[in-house]
Amino acid sequence: MIIEHIEAQLPSAILDRHAFRGDQTLVIAREHFEEVVNLVYMEGLQLLLDITAVDWFQRDPRFDVVYHLLNLANQERLRLKVRVNEQEALPSLVSRYKAADWFEREVFDMFGIPFEGHPCLERLLMWRDFPGYPLRKDFPLDGGDSFCGDVGVSFAAHAKSLNVE
Amino acid sequence: MENPKTPALAPDSDRMIVNLGPSHPATHGTLRIMLELEGEFIQKATPEIGYLHRGVEKLGESLSYHQFIPLTDRLNYCSSMMNNVGYTLAVEKLLDIQDPIRSQVIRVLVSELARIGDHIICIGVNAVDIGAFTVFLYLFRQRETVYDLFEMASGQRMHTSFTRIGGIMRDLPPEFVPLCETFLGDMERTIDEMEALLTRNPIWVDRTKGVGKISPEDAVNWGYTGPCLRAAGVAQDLRKAQPYLGYETYDFDIPIGTSGDVYDRYLVRTEEMRQSLRIVRQALAKLKEIGPGPVIVDDYKIALPPKEKVYTRMESLIHHFKLVMHGIDMPVGEVYSATEAANGELGYYLVSDGGKSPYRIHVRPPCYPIFSSFGEQVKGRLIADAVAILGAMNIIAGELDR
Repeated sequence: MIIEHIEAQLPSAILDRHAFRGDQTLVIAREHFEEVVNLVYMEGLQLLLDITAVDWFQRDPRFDVVYHLLNLANQERLRLKVRVNEQEALPSLVSRYKAADWFEREVFDMFGIPFEGHPCLERLLMWRDFPGYPLRKDFPLDGGDSFCGDVGVSFAAHAKSLNVE
Repeated sequence: MENPKTPALAPDSDRMIVNLGPSHPATHGTLRIMLELEGEFIQKATPEIGYLHRGVEKLGESLSYHQFIPLTDRLNYCSSMMNNVGYTLAVEKLLDIQDPIRSQVIRVLVSELARIGDHIICIGVNAVDIGAFTVFLYLFRQRETVYDLFEMASGQRMHTSFTRIGGIMRDLPPEFVPLCETFLGDMERTIDEMEALLTRNPIWVDRTKGVGKISPEDAVNWGYTGPCLRAAGVAQDLRKAQPYLGYETYDFDIPIGTSGDVYDRYLVRTEEMRQSLRIVRQALAKLKEIGPGPVIVDDYKIALPPKEKVYTRMESLIHHFKLVMHGIDMPVGEVYSATEAANGELGYYLVSDGGKSPYRIHVRPPCYPIFSSFGEQVKGRLIADAVAILGAMNIIAGELDR
């Protein structure tokens, strides 16, 4: 239903759509994203459930930023996706949905995707001078050596000497 | 490492900074809140989270779909069962399969027991923080029984890992049902006792009424779900609104509040415990009616074959090997599956590229958006109110930080 409304009012905004296992998904053009969000908000999708991102690191644009919305009146769910490249900013939804505040901070923290107009875009789960973005695919699973190299080495050396004795 | 930022104050400011946490007994897990006070009133609260961040989502990308189940236990560790159920439902949605009816009923049964356990912790601890110690003891005695039941079912009290993709780990043992029936009676009496101690208690009412009020519009805008949203007057419960696991066949009601304050959240949780007891009773009757049967799908490309078969039949041995080494043959696609957990909508977003492990796995923890509103909820109130509000939000650091 909502998809027909978007299609009728902003035909150029929808780049792609699919409904896998009943989950309605729209891929939205970045330049029309704010208009689409305003439209879906007016159409009643007023509960922003979640914002997250997916890193397709070999693709151009690299990231999918994924929004999950719910209409409380008719229980309709919608997933919006926007594709962005590294360093490309998305408009922040905090003025529309207050729930976006921490979700956007988390996406920024984990993927390094900036949100324009966010009141306080700082790291949330990691500490402030943490190097790198943990949920990017090129970030090593064990955390890498970049920030705790000497700690790891000294631990390993210590353990080895204990074993020898 | 640099020290976490402290709010900068003007040199001539009258404000004082009080640091609540990370290991303050009233903060429910490791989280930190920096309160800026003017006199006794909070002018600004800056929550700082991430102390329990274990990188669950990153780990999930290198684990198989089955191996992720134990990690879900550690999200909301007060109601692990519901996290297990929510996750397996998401994977089953991706696979487009359904578990056998007996497994569905058992899942409902343990989910509702977990809901009771979770609400016990929330109300009990909230009451302790406000100074009502007796309630805590009364309630926690019943929680022990819930954990005994979980131990019978899964062999573990807290980190249950009870579900499997396509069903559950094993059927309930015969001694489960009698203890569960005793629990139903005991718990009902305990709820009555708790209500006798709290509901009309002037100190409790003074401390909770009007504290943490929120309008339904604001609650929705902040992304509230679960008891906190229902206390604000929005009758949204996924068990009714978007039924899963056959919840539409159970007879139960959705309690809602009017003002969204701590008192209403307490009332909503209390009534939800009673409703959960009703569901558990119906589930037990259903189990009797269904009789013995399979509790996991009979598809060895998804669920492990029984051990006797693995030891005696070539084909089953191969299936076992393939399933352990190569995992389930997953379709390519993405799903978001949500269940009504004790705190609200618990969502799992899975992206599959057809490989053994998910390409991306994301958990939508219910208390995360709720806690993000904390700063606004406590503005202009006393520290004591902040502790009451924090307790009624039921922040579980495990699922908050993931």
